Amino acid sequence: MAYDNAKCEELSELLTSFICHAAGHLPDDVKARLTEMSKIEDEGFAPAIYDVMKKNMELADSLGRPSCQDTGIPQFFVRVGCDWPYLAEIEPALVEAVKKATVKAPLRHNAVEVFDEYNTGNNIGHRVPWIDWEIVGDSDALEVYFYMAGGGCSLPGMAKVLMPLEGYDGIARLVFDQMTSYGVNACPPCLVGIGIAGSAEVAAKLSKKALLRPVGSHNPNPKAAKMESDIEEGLNKIGLGPGGFGGKLSVMGVNIEQAARHPATLAMGLSTACWAHRRAKIVINPDMTYDFATHKGVTL
Amino acid sequence: MSDFHTFEFTTPLTDEDIRKVHIGDVIYLTGDVVTGRDDVHHRVVKDNREVPVDLAGKAIFHAGPIMQKIGDDKFKVVSVGPTTSMRMESAEAEFLAKTGVKLIIGKGGMGPKTTQGCIDNCAVHTIFPGGCAVVAAEEVLDVEGVEWADLGMPEAMWKLKVKGFGPLIVSIDSYGGNLIEDNKKLFNQRKEEQLEALSGKLDFLH
Repeated sequence: MAYDNAKCEELSELLTSFICHAAGHLPDDVKARLTEMSKIEDEGFAPAIYDVMKKNMELADSLGRPSCQDTGIPQFFVRVGCDWPYLAEIEPALVEAVKKATVKAPLRHNAVEVFDEYNTGNNIGHRVPWIDWEIVGDSDALEVYFYMAGGGCSLPGMAKVLMPLEGYDGIARLVFDQMTSYGVNACPPCLVGIGIAGSAEVAAKLSKKALLRPVGSHNPNPKAAKMESDIEEGLNKIGLGPGGFGGKLSVMGVNIEQAARHPATLAMGLSTACWAHRRAKIVINPDMTYDFATHKGVTL
Repeated sequence: MSDFHTFEFTTPLTDEDIRKVHIGDVIYLTGDVVTGRDDVHHRVVKDNREVPVDLAGKAIFHAGPIMQKIGDDKFKVVSVGPTTSMRMESAEAEFLAKTGVKLIIGKGGMGPKTTQGCIDNCAVHTIFPGGCAVVAAEEVLDVEGVEWADLGMPEAMWKLKVKGFGPLIVSIDSYGGNLIEDNKKLFNQRKEEQLEALSGKLDFLH
């Protein structure tokens, strides 16, 4: 099919509005969980911190500004249907949307070229925006997940290949160690994403994909779901509280994603999302109608 | 927060001001705040470059703001929240000694080197609630200018005039107190209890 300039332009306009909205508004599930948690956190510094967080969300909305100054490295996780007609237009539209949103939102300039060590000034750089591709059969839709990978919440990220006899307990220990050290500084309450697989890079990537799942959702495998609940409960009993000031809870949730492992390896990856978890999902049809799945009722 | 005290300070801050505050106290600051994070600390401490702003008695803000140009050399703050202070741990004590900064604003705790630096230089580290960048931006009255703009938007030194800037929760005081390190000790103790409680629950191997 011939490259369609007009369609690319239309797509990039829609994605620009999508990015700008995501920068200033948390998804519905995250807002709901934070509200629940703020009702439980009634001691020490926690209520005051939750009050400032709430005020910040309201101001970001009323003033139309990015809610956190760290608008992150832009990352897209794209699931494209086999029958989506504008395949070649997707990447240019995403790049153009980042450029436009950088001026319009505005977003902070966050792409620093490695080795040459300069900030590109428009959030475009070598392999940035980062785009992860998945192909979906029997669909003509384009699903775009957008994630603003901030510095603070990316710092606890890690991957490690364990020996199987270290067990799932070994994975839990690494997660707990990371959450009581780096996690304290990563704007808790965080959402914890864990990937389990046969090698480090698969586990790491799955840990990020786990963060794209809604807060409160569970892995369909009952054992994985149990591990999510067990780790969440254990982390909450540590009581990091909002901002690491202490409290009754620690995390918004724990999401685990897995891929079959090698018999001799048990790899784990960890990614965390700060409380200002700016993740957004849009499903776009070939006629450019859309469903803004993470932010219901919003018209772009 | 009833056990703690609230202070309203104006720059330049004095040793007397700093001596009044202890970990857990809350400060609202009026006056001069200058942003500086990884690259600024690298230039001042590792490259030993002359600091282009007189920071004595002022506050350094670990922050990389979103700025919007609104005229020739004139900028507006869109969002400016704190960044992870721990990244500056290796350089902060020396930074305090070189600049005369009295108050550090950031996010999360800092370690033993900075704690010693706060004792030696009569300074404090404070935490602005993370992720609350629009609240912070609304407490900035004016952007007076920028230095080391070549470092790019997040890393440059932005000179801000603030009013009632806070809440700034004191996490390291000038007496060696360190609120977040104290919390971490408690968290680590509870962590071992929770891992013990998890033991056996996750044994999915055959």
